[in-house]
Amino acid sequence: MMDYDRIMSRNVKTLQPSGIRKFFDILDTMKDAISLGIGEPDFVTPWHIREAGVYSLEQGFTKYTSNAGLIRLREAVSGYLKRRFDIGYDPADIFITVGGSEAIDLCVRALIDPGDEVIIPVPSFVCYGPLVTMANGVPVYVETKAENEFKLTAQELRAAITPKTKLLVLPYPNNPTGGIMERRDLEDIASVLEGTDIMVLSDEIYAELTYGQKHVSPCNIPALYDRTMLVNGFSKAYAMTGWRLGYVCGPRAIMKQMLKIHQYGIMSAPTTSQYAAIEALRNGDADIETMRESYNKRRRLLLKGLRDMGLECFEPRGAFYMFPRIGDFGLTSDEFCTRFLQEERVAIIPGTAFGQGGEGYTRICYASSVENIETALERLRAFLERLRS
Amino acid sequence: MNEILKLLEEDSRYTAKEIAAMTGKDEEYVRDTVKRCEDEHIINGYTALIDWDRTSEEAVTAFIEVKITPQRDDGYDRIARRIYQYDEVESLYLMSGSFDFSVIVTGKSLREVSRFVSEKLAPIEGVISTATHFIMKRYKDKHRAFLVEPEQEERTLFI
Repeated sequence: MMDYDRIMSRNVKTLQPSGIRKFFDILDTMKDAISLGIGEPDFVTPWHIREAGVYSLEQGFTKYTSNAGLIRLREAVSGYLKRRFDIGYDPADIFITVGGSEAIDLCVRALIDPGDEVIIPVPSFVCYGPLVTMANGVPVYVETKAENEFKLTAQELRAAITPKTKLLVLPYPNNPTGGIMERRDLEDIASVLEGTDIMVLSDEIYAELTYGQKHVSPCNIPALYDRTMLVNGFSKAYAMTGWRLGYVCGPRAIMKQMLKIHQYGIMSAPTTSQYAAIEALRNGDADIETMRESYNKRRRLLLKGLRDMGLECFEPRGAFYMFPRIGDFGLTSDEFCTRFLQEERVAIIPGTAFGQGGEGYTRICYASSVENIETALERLRAFLERLRS
Repeated sequence: MNEILKLLEEDSRYTAKEIAAMTGKDEEYVRDTVKRCEDEHIINGYTALIDWDRTSEEAVTAFIEVKITPQRDDGYDRIARRIYQYDEVESLYLMSGSFDFSVIVTGKSLREVSRFVSEKLAPIEGVISTATHFIMKRYKDKHRAFLVEPEQEERTLFI
């Protein structure tokens, strides 16, 4: 008998398995259950974008692209970033990845040596810590607070920096809290980082989904531009999650190292997806507005519903999640969500899935139909009544 | 106002309460606006989009091109009125191009619709000619596709 447990990488074994898997396992067995769990757009990719992918197949574009991606796509990304966010990157400083996730992995791997520390604000998307661990780095989690609108403050950052700090992750607009960083917040971050060699990994996958104000990137702050790796992609802005396409931009010297990892591990991002993405960037601005407006209506609906039943909830300013406080019912987040699923057949995610600071909260994704949101609210109301009585 | 109308056009079953929450307006404002739009015939009714092909109901729809001679004084409107008063007429549009009216007519059978055209529509004074096209399959109406696409397979995902 092989002793697999002895063979496998110790590093990988330390990674936490998916903490919410059990929710989906339970969900699968239920009738008329509603999931507000999975975080992805509920739209199908706009037809003109799908059609561009299909057309590329008709033309026989089925080979690898350059490792860095199609030059026309990189030019389109460059134009898009300038047009939508006033961010300047030469096409040569951009390359195309398999989703934003690969781009995050590459940034971490290109920068981290064993023992280097990476500061990660939490609650946040689940991938940063494990990717740092796999690169033999050390994740340093910083808990952001509801009273600070889940922003990373200068004070919190300063307290987390050590001589080993190599990288700061800025996951904004934030999944799961809906928090954003505004210009002055980023300027505060810039002044803390001034004089250090700390790089910034800015995960801006939700940049197009902000409500009430335009997204500001660290790249818009002159003092941060040279130390920022910008990660973005097509999944959230154009409802293209399954196409697995993202990109990264940054200082050329670092990009050169990252491209090596990409070329050995991935070769090139999916060709069909790249052709579709060119169409998205060229003619997709109106789709972004339509979808954002639709999310915004549902955001208002859910926020009002949650507050009407007496839940404390930070008004999310980006992404498509709400992060209400549910910590005052004598249940942990995990117990709350498990019971809510079992008793009312609605899947939402415990805040603890997104790291420290998530206890006492739950993430509700409002990229779901108005009908689902209404039903979920009704069921939540009934559930809270029982908990309160 | 337009924001409210767009929501109602998307789903006329939305309640004033839901619309208020989605638009950030108060409920009374929504109710008043809807009432005013109804009074001013901006909203002309609420209806369901039904795919009759999925029922046992026999129904055919025809799209009819109609050429006419406009009447003095009333132009097109008088003949239009004489056409759209028939219950069989689902929609009527004045068109630019090689014909004048586009008339959408529904009936129980080809024969019923043909009879409507030959006995009611064509004889109307001022109607010069008609060309009837029967609708064979309805793919999309009012932005709703009638074909049901298969669901993507169930997923277990950690995101």
